[in-house]
Amino acid sequence: MTIDWLYFTPWTSLAGGLLIGAAAALLILLNGRIAGISGIVGGLLRAPRADRRWRLAFLAGLLLAAPLWRGMAPLPAAHPVAGGAALVLAGLLVGFGTRLGAGCTSGHGVCGLARLSPRSLAAAVTFMLAGAVTVFVLRHLVGG
Amino acid sequence: MPNLFALLAGLLFGLGLILSGMTDPAKVTAFLDVAGAWDPSLAFVMGGALLVALPAFYVARRRGTTLRGEPLQLPTARRLDRPLIVGSVMFGAGWGLAGYCPGPALASLSMTDGAPWLFVAAMLAGMALYEARQWWRGR
Repeated sequence: MTIDWLYFTPWTSLAGGLLIGAAAALLILLNGRIAGISGIVGGLLRAPRADRRWRLAFLAGLLLAAPLWRGMAPLPAAHPVAGGAALVLAGLLVGFGTRLGAGCTSGHGVCGLARLSPRSLAAAVTFMLAGAVTVFVLRHLVGG
Repeated sequence: MPNLFALLAGLLFGLGLILSGMTDPAKVTAFLDVAGAWDPSLAFVMGGALLVALPAFYVARRRGTTLRGEPLQLPTARRLDRPLIVGSVMFGAGWGLAGYCPGPALASLSMTDGAPWLFVAAMLAGMALYEARQWWRGR
């Protein structure tokens, strides 16, 4: 294991994490809801009408972040690692998988761990491992 | 009022994702690439988020209600069952493949650079597929 010191950003990542934690705190303390993105989006496909508004409001906020940021400073660069068919396959896996597994990085990884849920710990360890194995296979077995 | 709080939470969440580096798929996959040039930054994202979320969830659960006195809506499932693990494996595989999880993918839609439209469309299709499966099984 070699650490990539060139791209390592402990402080901005920590600060970003604090903001994400603050968002989750706000939603549980004021609305009594879990800030799990896959759950918030998935709920739109089945939730009763009265329950849809806060979900749409949350997503509107999420989409407003980049334009607001751009109004003050240049957005950090994004480097795609997959295109075309791989992007579609990944999206299908993420969409179906997060609904079947009842959560993603935010629902299980942030909110679930914060409420000390054993189910979320199991999910978080599982998706981290699966992600690491996938990257290992793609980069060091197939691509290497 | 709840909708305004939700909007604010979404905005904070999105700003956090951009600041932390999660909207860059290359950075996400560099975190998952433990055997390569490993970038541990995303562990700090999780750490920072838990630093704030842990006390907040502790307070919420102790009160049993929101600060405005309304009931909390928490997941009730307790069992470590197959769907949890199979779903998490599928999600992890997709995450490693494209470097996007649901939050950063959605927040990136309004970035001019690297907007993952194709990924988000497929993700929504995957979610709809799950709903269709549930409907089919519940008939």
